[in-house]
Amino acid sequence: MASTDTAPSVHEAQVPDSASVEAGLDALEAVQTQGTPLSEVLRTKALPPLIALLLVLALWQGAFALELTSSYKLPSPGMVWSSLVDLWQAGTLFSIVWTSVWRGVAGFLAAVAIGTPIGLLVARVKPVRTAVGPILAGLQSLPSVAWVPAAVIWLGINNSMMYAVILLGAVPSVANGLVSGIDQVPPLFLRAGRTLGATGLANARHILLPGALPGYLAGLKQGWAFSWRSLMAAELVAASPDLGLGLGRYLENQRESADMSGVLLGIILILIVGMAIDLLLFAPIERRVLRNRGLLTTNR
Amino acid sequence: MSPALTTSEDALDDGALAGSPAVRISHVHKSFGRAGAATHVLDDITLDVAPGEFVTLLGASGCGKSTLLNLVAGLDKPSSGTIEVPGGRPSLMFQEHALFPWLTAGKNIELALRLNGVPRPERRAEAERLLELVRLGGSYGKRVHELSGGMRQRVAMARALAQGSSVLLMDEPFAALDAITRDVLHDEITRIWAAQKLTVLFVTHNVREAVRLAQRVVLLSSRPGRVAREWQIDLPQPRRIESAGVADLSIEITEELRGEIRRHGKH
Ligand SMILES: Nc1ncnc2c1ncn2[C@@H]1O[C@H](COP(=O)(O)OP(=O)(O)OP(=O)(O)O)[C@@H](O)[C@H]1O
Ligand SMILES: [Mg+2]
Repeated sequence: MASTDTAPSVHEAQVPDSASVEAGLDALEAVQTQGTPLSEVLRTKALPPLIALLLVLALWQGAFALELTSSYKLPSPGMVWSSLVDLWQAGTLFSIVWTSVWRGVAGFLAAVAIGTPIGLLVARVKPVRTAVGPILAGLQSLPSVAWVPAAVIWLGINNSMMYAVILLGAVPSVANGLVSGIDQVPPLFLRAGRTLGATGLANARHILLPGALPGYLAGLKQGWAFSWRSLMAAELVAASPDLGLGLGRYLENQRESADMSGVLLGIILILIVGMAIDLLLFAPIERRVLRNRGLLTTNR
Repeated sequence: MSPALTTSEDALDDGALAGSPAVRISHVHKSFGRAGAATHVLDDITLDVAPGEFVTLLGASGCGKSTLLNLVAGLDKPSSGTIEVPGGRPSLMFQEHALFPWLTAGKNIELALRLNGVPRPERRAEAERLLELVRLGGSYGKRVHELSGGMRQRVAMARALAQGSSVLLMDEPFAALDAITRDVLHDEITRIWAAQKLTVLFVTHNVREAVRLAQRVVLLSSRPGRVAREWQIDLPQPRRIESAGVADLSIEITEELRGEIRRHGKH
């Protein structure tokens, strides 16, 4: 046989040779990652939205100065600012925002606690999926404001009614997000999990849930948006002294007293809270998850 | 010299004489689809793999190699016939690395250890040891996407070893790699096979790879898949894929494989 011609010493020399080739390959092929400097981040990420904001304010101020309509209908940015200062000085700004944020966050967390097991069941149990899946998907496109009248009749005008509306709005989003996340876990990972011996709960915990995380996070994000919207709708509609003053109620009060700067301030505050939760909570988590999995191509 | 030729029946008898095999595949049939329009993929496959043996399964694309390996791994059930793996659930390495991207290289291995029942305090050290074994010490904290294709396959190999089974099934694990990297990994797997006393069933459609690695090459025919022929490879390890011995035998086996494929063109 031909290979027996080669002396054993050659074979011995070949093994370290292969190891060094291997080391060379590893060094060549390993990915180098490096961070971006802070000034660069500020310039590319903070500057554009700041410019956009200033542009909007300038346009607004311009429209006001041109007296396109009465200042009763379109107050200036300055007037809205002084409404804010009034609220601050009255000492109610913080409590108004907090009342709504607390309700929204508590309702959202409850929606996560309820929506997650539902999503898991719908995704993994065939009959449940056939029965509940379409309803869940349909509920997602039903504006949750539509539940407000029903919730008021069932529960009265109180906090439970607010939470009911939040749950009806957010649970389908959370559950659907998890279902689509699980559906998108590559079958290869499921088979790999099975060969490693992951079954039942271990499979859910180590393979399904982490694999579904990107889709689940998208569902959570949407769930939060729906929670916040439903809550504002409920606060606008439901007036009761026991409820405390939240952002939606503040907005409606200012409308009743024909205070347009107050109404605009209310809208802006609602917008800011919704955005802040998204930017400060969800965006960093999402970025981290995607970057860890190498799914983030640019340094977003 | 001409390599020993054994039919599958002979192999079965040999296995019975040599004590219990590590993998025993007897009269396995597999069809997919409904009874009327079923495709018969595997036809009466009988194959024993002795403990510590390195067997490569060779066959044209679509002949049922992956199907057979999935059956042995327990991911699917044969339509008839039996498969026994006395040592318990075998480890399986896929063509794609199948590493979980939400875990680091080290944590992928630790997950396998954990599911295999290794207690927590021992996992970290064992994972580091396995990474050393595939010459990737220091890559514990690396994310999967930060590794090259060859490094990923080595982590996948370490994870398969972490399953603690003495039987390792490999489904074209190096098919997607360039020639140099594949060459290096051939050295790795033969080294680890010898050091860990593994039983390896290795699927490939690359004849030279089959000859480079195996003690026994099993050729499957296509549609339906049957054991067509076997070769005992007596070349000493470590072998070079470009050596004359490997080349000569590869030419002979390729000729046989061509004949198998040509047979299908005739009718
Ligand atoms: N789940 C399935 N349902 C129906 N047909 C299948 C299924 N899995 C495999 N087949 C068929 O069985 C045959 C063998 O497939 P298999 O993947 O085992 O081939 P292979 O030998 O591994 O090929 P390759 O070298 O391309 O990987 C193919 O014709 C394929 O179409
Ligand atoms: Mg295959």
